[in-house]
Amino acid sequence: MTESKTNMVAPPEGVVGEGFFATKLNDVVGLARANSLWPLPFATSCCGIEFMATMASHYDLARFGSERVSFSPRQADMLMVMGTISKKMGPILRQVYEQMAEPRWVIAVGACASSGGVFDTYSVLQGIDKVIPVDVYVPGCPPRPEQIVDGVMKLQELVKSESVRRRSSPEYQELLASYNIK
Amino acid sequence: MALETAQIQDKLSATFSDISFTFKQERDILAVEVPAEKISAIILFLKNDPELRFHFLTDLCGVHYPDNEVDRQMTIVYHMHNWYENTRIRLKAFISGENPEIKSISSIFPTANWMERETYDFYGVDFIGHPQLKRILNMDEMVSFPMRKEFPLEDGGRTDKDDRFFGRTASNN
Amino acid sequence: MSELLLPPEHRYAKIMKEKLNEDGSELSILNLGPTHPATHGIFQNILLMDGERIIEAEPTIGYIHRAFEKIAENRPFYQITPLTDRMNYCSSPINNMGWWMTLEKLLGVEVPKRAQYLRVIVMELARITDHIICNSILGVDTGAYTGFLYVFQFREKVYEIYEEICGARLTTNMGRIGGFERDWTPKAFELLNTFLEEFPPAWKEFENLFERNRIFIDRTVDVGPITAEKAMAYGFTGPNLRAAGVDYDVRVAQPYSSYEDFEFIVPVGKSGDTYDRFCVRNAEVWESLSIIRQALEKMPAGNEFHAEVPDYYLPPKEDVYNNMESLIYHFKIVMGEVPVPVAEIYHPVEGGNGELGFYLITDGSRTPYRLHFRRPCFIYYQAYPDMIKGALLSDAIVILSSLNVIAGELDA
Repeated sequence: MTESKTNMVAPPEGVVGEGFFATKLNDVVGLARANSLWPLPFATSCCGIEFMATMASHYDLARFGSERVSFSPRQADMLMVMGTISKKMGPILRQVYEQMAEPRWVIAVGACASSGGVFDTYSVLQGIDKVIPVDVYVPGCPPRPEQIVDGVMKLQELVKSESVRRRSSPEYQELLASYNIK
Repeated sequence: MALETAQIQDKLSATFSDISFTFKQERDILAVEVPAEKISAIILFLKNDPELRFHFLTDLCGVHYPDNEVDRQMTIVYHMHNWYENTRIRLKAFISGENPEIKSISSIFPTANWMERETYDFYGVDFIGHPQLKRILNMDEMVSFPMRKEFPLEDGGRTDKDDRFFGRTASNN
Repeated sequence: MSELLLPPEHRYAKIMKEKLNEDGSELSILNLGPTHPATHGIFQNILLMDGERIIEAEPTIGYIHRAFEKIAENRPFYQITPLTDRMNYCSSPINNMGWWMTLEKLLGVEVPKRAQYLRVIVMELARITDHIICNSILGVDTGAYTGFLYVFQFREKVYEIYEEICGARLTTNMGRIGGFERDWTPKAFELLNTFLEEFPPAWKEFENLFERNRIFIDRTVDVGPITAEKAMAYGFTGPNLRAAGVDYDVRVAQPYSSYEDFEFIVPVGKSGDTYDRFCVRNAEVWESLSIIRQALEKMPAGNEFHAEVPDYYLPPKEDVYNNMESLIYHFKIVMGEVPVPVAEIYHPVEGGNGELGFYLITDGSRTPYRLHFRRPCFIYYQAYPDMIKGALLSDAIVILSSLNVIAGELDA
C-alpha cells in the first residue's frame, strides 16, 4: 500500500492516543457528508454538456465522492442547476428542491443559473436564487469542467464546516420562509 | 437550375389568373407576394404541381412591420424547397396587424403545425383551421405576444438589473 | 406534482376514466419529464399508456425558451454570434460559421480559399463531436456506458483543438466576418493531426461494440421507424432524414464554403429506425474525417485566414491599442455603426441535426430587423409523438436520444 497514489482525506482535528481518537461530532459528520455528496444534475442546456464532460473519464467528478449521480431528488444532497432556467421551468425547479431531503445544498453552475447570463429577456428567470437558496455560484458561460470541480470543492468546504444543528436554526428557517419553502 | 424563375412565374400567373402576383428576386431566392386569403390554395398547388414540385416546407415564420398601414402590418413568410431541381421559393402573405388571421396549412404540411404555433406564440396570428393553436414556447398564462415590436426584450418586472448600468437610460446618473 | 404538470381537466384524464379495456384493465397516464434523467434535456411528454405500451403522447416544450430571436433584434451583428453558439451547443462552430456565411452573403464578402477550408475543417470537427455525443448517449440509454466513457475523451481532444483556435471549449464564438480572428497555430494543426491518428481506431472499436451487438440490435432495429414520405412531411432534414433513405444534404445540394471541392458520400439508411439513425451518424463521422483529411491536403499554402474587408473585419488588437484609426474602426464595427444593405437573406447550412437556416431581414440599421432561425430540432421533434405511438416506454427513451433533440435548439 505504500506505493499507492490514493489520497486519503485527512482526519479532523482531535486528540489522538493509543487506541482512541476523540473529536467533535460536527467534524466527523461534516467530513462524511462532504466526501459523499450525491449530485442531482438539473441540466437544462449548454452547461449540462460540460457537466457530462465533468462526469466522464477525463475530469471524473467521482474522485470527490460524487460517484453516484442521483437522479431522484429524494436521495440527493447537492442540487446542481446547470443551464438557463426559464420562467416556465422555475416552479419545477422549486418543486425538485422541495422534494430533496435535508441537508441539501445547491450549486448554480454557469452564468444563466447564477444571474440569467446573457439572456436578459422576458422568458428567462434572472438567476435561480429568485426561487431557491443557493450555496455556491460557479461563473462561466459555460464554466470549464475544472471550474465545476472547483465549485464542488468549495461546497465541500462549506459542508465540512457546517454545524449539524444549522438546519434547525431559526436563521435557516427564516431563509426558507423568505423563499416560501416549507 | 433547371426550374427557371420565368417558368414559376408563368405557371403561377396562369393558374391563378385572377390574382396579380408581385415577383421579386431577393438575392438567390424568388420571393412572391401572395394574397393571404388564397395562401393554402397556392401552397397546395406549388406542392402538387408536377412541374413545380415544391414538396418541402423549409420554414414558416412571421414578421411584424408596425410602420406599415394596418392591413399589411404582419407578414407570414413561407420558404418552400424543390429538392428535385434544387430551387427555393419564398412566399409572403401580408395580413392585418390588428386582427391577424390566415388559413392554416398544417393539413398540407404536418410540419407547419408547430411552426404555426410558434408564430401564434410570438405574434398572436390566428391560423384558421389549426388543430391545436396554443402557445408552444412561452407559458400559457402569458398575455403579450413578445416578438411584436411594441413589446420590450427585457422583462419589465425584473429587479436586479439596473438600467443605468446597461446604457439603457438616456442619462447615466 | 400532479397538479402542476397535469391539470385535472386534461383530456387524457377524461379518456382514462371513460375507456376501459375488454378485460377491465385501466389505461394509465404517465408524466415523462420535464426533468426526467433519461431524456437528456428538458422535454415533457404526457403519455397515455396501456400497460407498457404508449397509446398517445402529448409533448410540451419551451422549458428553456430564451428568446433568441427577440434578442437578435436588439443586438448588432457581432453580438449575435454568441447566441448561435447556444442553440445547438453540441456543434456550435457550425452555427457560428453559418451565421458568418449569412452575413457574408448579405455584405458580398468573398472569403479566401484557405479560410474556407479551415472553416470546413472546424465544421466537420463539430459534426464529429455532435455525432459522438448522440451515438454514445444512445449507447448509455441501451445500457452500454462503456462506449460513452471511451469516446468522450476524444471529444475532449476536439475541444482542445477548439481552444487552440478560439480559446473556448463549448460555446466557441469562433470567427469573424470574412474568416477567423487569428491564424490557426501550428499547435492546432498538430493536435488535429494527432486526433486524426488516434480517433479512427477508437471509433472503429466503438462501432464494433455496437453494430453487431445482439442486445443493441434488439433494442434498436425496428424501433421508431419512419418512412421517407412521412419524414419529409414532418420537415426532417439531416441524419434523421437520411436514415429514412433520402439523400438530402445541404452540403451537396447547395454547397457553401467550398464543400464542392471535396469528395464524400452521403450515407443513407433504409427503414429510418433507431438503428439506421445510429449507423448513418457513424458513417457520417467517417465521411467527416475524410473531408478533414482532404481539406488538410488541398489547403492552399500561405497564411491567409480572413478576407481583406476592413469595414467589417475587426483590426488586430495591437493596432487597436496603438493606432487611432484602428480604434475607431474597432468601435464602429463592434457597435454596428457600419452601414449594411437592406436585404432579405436565407442561408442554410448542414448542421449536426439537419438544415440549419438563417433567415435575416435587414433594414440598414445596426441590428437585424428580423432574424429567424430554422432550427431542425424544433421542426422534427413534432414527429416524436407519432413515432412513439405503440412503442414501449423504454423504446420511447431510445427513440428520443436517437433523434438527437438538443433542448437549446428546440426551444430557441
